[in-house]
Amino acid sequence: MIDDLIDYLGNPRNRETVRELLLVHARLSLVPLVLGLLAALPVGWAAHRFRVARALVLGASNVLYTVPSLALFVILPPVLGTKILDELNVVVALALYTAALLVRPVADALDALPAHVLAAATAVGYRPLRRFLTVELPLAVPVLAAGVRVASVSNISLVSVGALIGVGGLGQLFTEGFQSAYNPPIVVGIVFTLALALVVDLLLVAARRLLTPWLPRRGRGQRVRPLPAGVDVRGATGSAGGAA
Amino acid sequence: MIFSSVVEWLADPANWTGTGGLLRRIAEHLRYTVVAVLGAAAFAVPLGLAVGHTGRGATVVVGAANAMRALPTLGVITLLSLQLGILEVGPVLLGLGILAVPPILAGAYAGVQSVDPAVVDAAAGVGMTSWQRLWRVEVPIAMPLLLGGLRGAVLQVVATATVAAYVGLGGLGRPLLDGLRVTDYPQVAGAAVVVAGLALLLDLGLAAVQRSLVPRGLRLASRTVGGAA
Repeated sequence: MIDDLIDYLGNPRNRETVRELLLVHARLSLVPLVLGLLAALPVGWAAHRFRVARALVLGASNVLYTVPSLALFVILPPVLGTKILDELNVVVALALYTAALLVRPVADALDALPAHVLAAATAVGYRPLRRFLTVELPLAVPVLAAGVRVASVSNISLVSVGALIGVGGLGQLFTEGFQSAYNPPIVVGIVFTLALALVVDLLLVAARRLLTPWLPRRGRGQRVRPLPAGVDVRGATGSAGGAA
Repeated sequence: MIFSSVVEWLADPANWTGTGGLLRRIAEHLRYTVVAVLGAAAFAVPLGLAVGHTGRGATVVVGAANAMRALPTLGVITLLSLQLGILEVGPVLLGLGILAVPPILAGAYAGVQSVDPAVVDAAAGVGMTSWQRLWRVEVPIAMPLLLGGLRGAVLQVVATATVAAYVGLGGLGRPLLDGLRVTDYPQVAGAAVVVAGLALLLDLGLAAVQRSLVPRGLRLASRTVGGAA
């Protein structure tokens, strides 16, 4: 087993393949993460601001989340006018899941802001847009960051499913290995997927710390609820619907 | 128009009946889902409750569960299939079960964690043993989050069970992948629509179960407390 792995990775062609697929995988999972977050901010704001929008938006994101990713990958092409092998299908599908996952945390985080802080910002002359960008959004970062972490793990594991339709980053190592009944590419694919998820998660934690210098560096004193987002959203659990 | 051909495919009774028909595929799909989720629950619920109740090992268990979320199910299933034999249902159930563990574990653990410590103290104060506190206080209060985790697991597994077809088994992934191979788009999209519909129906059903299993006391409490807040 170990010998096979060394053999496989010893071949420069294989190393080159793995490197390329890793880059594709990172692109296919992280671009939708950013797009989904950007989409979730205004939509989440609307859900926080207007009662009707809240019911609509949260309902729609729940329904969207139940659509399996493989199903979405193949339903999107005629909607977008893309070919079935187009990377764009995966990017759009994962961006939709990311947005669906993040809308609720955005709305909840904005709901939870202390009224006196907002009143103070208004009193010193912040206009609504500036107040949103410089006061409300930064204060929502801790809750948002938890959601983004769930979404990133979920996206990274969902990309592999795209391999079944031929666009799957490291997932292609699974189909390739399975078709030739050869373990090493599969093991390498799993390990690099886990490593990518870990590295991105660490980067997100670091980013959260940079963005929230007022919070204690370790959440020990404060009672941080473990696994907040995932649980009832089926998040990474998520990944709800989304798993395949 | 592409969508009308999908509707046509779905409306054709010939696609629903027979050995490779959708009804049979739905039954297979549900069987994989139920077995995998029950297996995962048998492992994850006791573990989550134990960790939540005793508070021991929380960091390790939660960390491990989060790392498991990143495991690509397709990779796990293809690897296990090669190792344990192709065309066997075991690797698929194991792979799907692994997928179901983190949300169930997180739900059970977070549920017990969410119980107000004062309530647990009160239970101890009236003389309940540790075991009684768990079953008569913590588990009922944890029920909504526990079921939420289970619901999330079911959704994920229903969605991912399409992968079973890739390693030669049935389920709704079968018509989808077969359709892809021969570029029969109506069949691909039709099967995708059926998977999505099945996921949605299951989720609605479980949401109803989740609501009906919330203890009456909690519902009353949330009405008064939630109403006031």
